[in-house]
Amino acid sequence: MLHFELVTPEKLVRSEDVYMVVVPGTEGDFGVLEGHAPLMSTVRDGALSVYRTEGATPETIAIQGGFAEVNAKGLTVLAERAA
Amino acid sequence: MASLKALKIRINSVKSTQKITKAMKMVAAAKLRRAQEAAQAGRPYAERLEAVVASLSRQLAGGATVSPLLSGTGKDQVHLLVVATSERGLAGAFNTNIVRAARRKAEELEAQGKTVRFYLAGKKGRVLRRFYPNAIAADHELGGHKTLGFQQAREVADDLLARYAAGEFDVAHLFYAKFVSALVQLPVGQQIIPVAVSDSKADVPSTSATSAGAVVEYEPDEEGILADLLPRNVAIQVFRAMLENAASEQGSRMNAMDNATRNAGDMINRLSIQYNRTRQAAITTELVEIISGAEAL
Repeated sequence: MLHFELVTPEKLVRSEDVYMVVVPGTEGDFGVLEGHAPLMSTVRDGALSVYRTEGATPETIAIQGGFAEVNAKGLTVLAERAA
Repeated sequence: MASLKALKIRINSVKSTQKITKAMKMVAAAKLRRAQEAAQAGRPYAERLEAVVASLSRQLAGGATVSPLLSGTGKDQVHLLVVATSERGLAGAFNTNIVRAARRKAEELEAQGKTVRFYLAGKKGRVLRRFYPNAIAADHELGGHKTLGFQQAREVADDLLARYAAGEFDVAHLFYAKFVSALVQLPVGQQIIPVAVSDSKADVPSTSATSAGAVVEYEPDEEGILADLLPRNVAIQVFRAMLENAASEQGSRMNAMDNATRNAGDMINRLSIQYNRTRQAAITTELVEIISGAEAL
């Protein structure tokens, strides 16, 4: 499972283990699965899709202004606003 | 000696003051808890961002393309002191301490021949007008919002960045009170523009991927990410200062009001004793008068 964290300046919105997250990167959307190579990317305003399990209907979270980091621990998305 | 009636009025007046300070103390205690939670909730984001900015900027240090937010304007003449204070008073020495820290820094800078300007965020920083009437760059009111939102920090930060881009100042410092505990608030000054990058590796936790030794891919590239993150970092620093300030303000007010309530209690005790003595004296005088009147007959 991929450890996924969504953080805004006001609070930690999500911290959970999921199957896959599709992040709207500035240079195109990218999906992050467990074991993804380390990556840093800026994020454009758009929607994150969170797949809890393989093949599940994604849950979308709108985010604004942000930054995503993938490292050995998982995926961290820093967003200015998330809803 | 004060008359009985005057004493009675005085005691009642102190009693109602005590009621008010007691209520303020309890309100501050309730708000303190909320402000503290907010400050804690904001910590992960700030820490993450700080770690990333620090590791990126160390990699890029010395590069020609780095943003002026990192490398500075090349000058060190005009210093802007951003003084974050509260919107309300009656919080003990809270605002005074922040303002004093800012003034000390200003004097130090002026002694070095620098130009000092002030940016006031919060109503209570206005006392600085008295000391530096011509050096106030802006006076930003935070408004009577119930809870601090990131939006307010954003406004201040955007304003600062615009001024920086316009060349109004070379270095910006941020002053606020760090929340240590409900009893201790520490006024601190911190350089926010250009970003002060600490050289020590110890204070950067190994959260960032770069420390893992793995090759990190960057999208778009290091410079692009840094250019995007640095302005955001300024906003976050301001936001963090505001949150710390909010918690410190309530803590400070709680203390001040606790002291005030206790003082009022002492005063009431003292006044009651005085009241009783005066009353007793009056009765004694009356008795003496009656007795001597009876004896004269």
